[in-house]
Amino acid sequence: MNAPAKIQETKAEQSLNAQFDEVFAQTTQEYANQRKQAWDAFKAKGIPHRRVEEWHYTDLRTKMNDAFALASTTAPKADALKGAGDMKTCRIAIVNGRYAPELSSDQDVAGLSVAQTSGFLSAQASADDAMAHLNQALVQGGISIKIAEGAKIELPIEIVRYTDGSEVSSYAGTCVEIGAGAKALIIESFEGEADAAYQSNALTEVKVGDRADVHWLKLQVESTKALHIETLSIDLGAETNFRHFIYNEGASLSRTQLFLEFKGEGTHAGLRGMSLLKDSQHADITLFVKHAVPGCESREYYRSVVDDKARAVFQGKIIVEQAAQKTDGQMMIKTLLLSDAAEINAKPELEIFADDVLCAHGSTTGDIDEDLLFYLMARGIPEAQARKILVLAFLSEAIEEFKEEQCVELLETMIRSWLHADDMVNE
Amino acid sequence: MAAVQETIDQVKAIDVDQYKHGFVTDIESELAPKGLDEDIVAFISAKKEEPEWMLNWRLDAFRRWKTMEEPAWARVDYPKIDFEDLHYYAAPKKREGPRSLDEVDPEILETYKKLGIPLSEQEILAGIAPENRVAVDAIFDSVSVATTFKEELARAGVVFCPISEAIREHPELVQKYLGSVVPVSDNFYATLNTAVFSDGSFVYIPPGVRCPMELSTYFRINEPNTGQFERTLIVADKGSYVSYLEGCTAPQRDENQLHAAVVELVALEDAQIKYSTVQNWYPGDADGKGGIYNFVTKRGDCREKNSKISWTQVETGSAITWKYPSCILRGDNSQGEFYSIAISNGHQQIDSGTKMIHLGRNTASRIISKGISAGVSQNTYRGQVSAHRKASDARNFTQCDSLLIGDKCGAHTVPYIESKNSSAVFEHEATTSRISDDQMFYCQARGLDEEEAVALIVNGFVRDVIQQLPMEFAVEAQKLISISLEGSVG
Repeated sequence: MNAPAKIQETKAEQSLNAQFDEVFAQTTQEYANQRKQAWDAFKAKGIPHRRVEEWHYTDLRTKMNDAFALASTTAPKADALKGAGDMKTCRIAIVNGRYAPELSSDQDVAGLSVAQTSGFLSAQASADDAMAHLNQALVQGGISIKIAEGAKIELPIEIVRYTDGSEVSSYAGTCVEIGAGAKALIIESFEGEADAAYQSNALTEVKVGDRADVHWLKLQVESTKALHIETLSIDLGAETNFRHFIYNEGASLSRTQLFLEFKGEGTHAGLRGMSLLKDSQHADITLFVKHAVPGCESREYYRSVVDDKARAVFQGKIIVEQAAQKTDGQMMIKTLLLSDAAEINAKPELEIFADDVLCAHGSTTGDIDEDLLFYLMARGIPEAQARKILVLAFLSEAIEEFKEEQCVELLETMIRSWLHADDMVNE
Repeated sequence: MAAVQETIDQVKAIDVDQYKHGFVTDIESELAPKGLDEDIVAFISAKKEEPEWMLNWRLDAFRRWKTMEEPAWARVDYPKIDFEDLHYYAAPKKREGPRSLDEVDPEILETYKKLGIPLSEQEILAGIAPENRVAVDAIFDSVSVATTFKEELARAGVVFCPISEAIREHPELVQKYLGSVVPVSDNFYATLNTAVFSDGSFVYIPPGVRCPMELSTYFRINEPNTGQFERTLIVADKGSYVSYLEGCTAPQRDENQLHAAVVELVALEDAQIKYSTVQNWYPGDADGKGGIYNFVTKRGDCREKNSKISWTQVETGSAITWKYPSCILRGDNSQGEFYSIAISNGHQQIDSGTKMIHLGRNTASRIISKGISAGVSQNTYRGQVSAHRKASDARNFTQCDSLLIGDKCGAHTVPYIESKNSSAVFEHEATTSRISDDQMFYCQARGLDEEEAVALIVNGFVRDVIQQLPMEFAVEAQKLISISLEGSVG
């Protein structure tokens, strides 16, 4: 069992080799080095498998049967993009990893500037992870979003990332810079053609300036046959208030890996989210939260509802370095397993090198509470509906944190629709 | 406040790198040549006068071990071990004549006396109240030197003897259970142990018997450059009960010594095993030089319904600890418990925890782990709780708390929670903090000085686990805790 296994290249890895050769031949001198370095870093690790501790529960090597061809530039119809629905926003559309200005409405917003880029990100942003390296090795383009210092953007900034086509793959590198003292609500959606099988690998670098106030909502509503991988690299300045929320509903296999580092004192980071899974979906949320400076606060609250044969994975690692005294970190993971074939794997980790800290984590796993179910049924509510009420209540607790009414409404609608409880009356 | 004062006195009396069990016994030993090959395995087997099946089993393990790699996943850091530079067998030279307690080398008896382990039955009977009697199997380097109260235990039907003797005298029991909990190729160190283990204890409790006294094994590494590989097998037959204690010490030496043990517990229907360890191997000096590498595989199998296995450990010694006493909850309604105090000071590194594998229906497990790190030590809790598809109504509660003393140490928590059954309910909570200023202020405002306040708070912190220890151990453990933390305050 401990004998080192001779690793052979999988079909997906062979396809990637060919793709890289093609892409590399077309790369201009300017980026050739960066592409090559990223590729070498990826090759050194290969597609992650269960023997890689960080990927233990998401064995991509066995689950990724092939690497689809790189997506070309296309022009989907404007109504294909769902984004945040009817909400009034300024929209930034990214199709197959490339900026699509004709589908966007980001012009003339004071303090916001958006530009097409090569998709290559600064070296320190790309986390030392095989899939992040792969993104930079094959990246097709990306955008840079800048919010000026002190800008208070009234409208929500809506980033729609759309993968057009079937059996294609897209690699996007996005850079978001939020100036000091700026305030913004960002709603980002990952989507594609319904029922299309595609692979989307995104690398997003976020730099938040001092005293900025950012709320970021990620809606992962990819096609149920898609493979979704996003690597987020987030640096927070001093005294910022940064909140991130993941709504995970789509994709057959998804993984959001979030590398967050506190770079300035007195900052609060609230990371929250939920996964709603059924059939044989697999959703992985992995966090690396690094407290490198004193006096910061982090909150990680995640909930999952897992039905059928689906599998939820949560890994959260809070690292408190020796310098990061007075750190306050709390992590809580709650999971409801609705079926006997459903599965949850949780690994909430603490790694602490400073003594004057307050860190805690908790985790609960189980089915719907029988007592609560009995209470509702005793009042004449049929079992199926009572279950829905309890699941809805379980998930609703997680979105209470939103002060933005429109986000609460948006999420509630999505949860109800997932539960097939659209007709259920509130309260 | 008497207990607190006692703690303080002990702390004051002993210097930081004065390990009180660090003396060396000067005794003539018989050593196997350094290095490891099939001849050495055969040599050990021959020394033990083992039957052929045993030798084959060892050789099979050795061949598998050759293909394995040392695990590197634990959060411990140490120079590579040269497995060729070790003696795999060391035994005190035997004297002529029948082996009874009176014939044991007086040097060895003296050693155990110094360690506070009474081996002479007369002495125990004369000196200590009879209800406190403990049967002891004393293991010195690679061999068992004495086992007390054998006759009295035999009257109850209990088999308590060195495992080498059990292989000769109870081969049917040994063959049935040995390796059935920790398979030959379980992990690198367990496989090595299987190939070269030299002695250990064997316990068999017949059906319906409640073992009349506590059983205990005391391990002592004396020879330099030896590895100690002992094997313990405890089988509790239907409806029986046994409480087993384990203690360990080693002399102070500059080089590191390897201790790779395997402990297997088997609990049949309605049986209950309580296994307590106070691990106090030499931890190395204040600069991190020397000390024992403690790489141990301990696993209990609740094989049939209504069985229960409970692990309690107090880990204060060893330079490096790598140890995960686990429970396989196979029988329906079976229960597993793990209570642990892991204290690291100086340069010690601990990576310890447990595994609770829920396989049967209606199984329950509880994990209480208290980690205290001081000095420049690293203390990791690594635990796995899993429920398999058929483990309906499995229940787990885990609490792991870490306390940091000083700003140069680390405390880490790595739980793995895996559930494949919706009716399984798992709860996990963990906290890490230092002794708060409020707690200190409260104690000091009531007239305790700083050291007394720390001792009081630490004692409170570990209380849940201390309460699980048998009486004799609880006292020793409390003393050990205060000594281990000595020099960390202020």
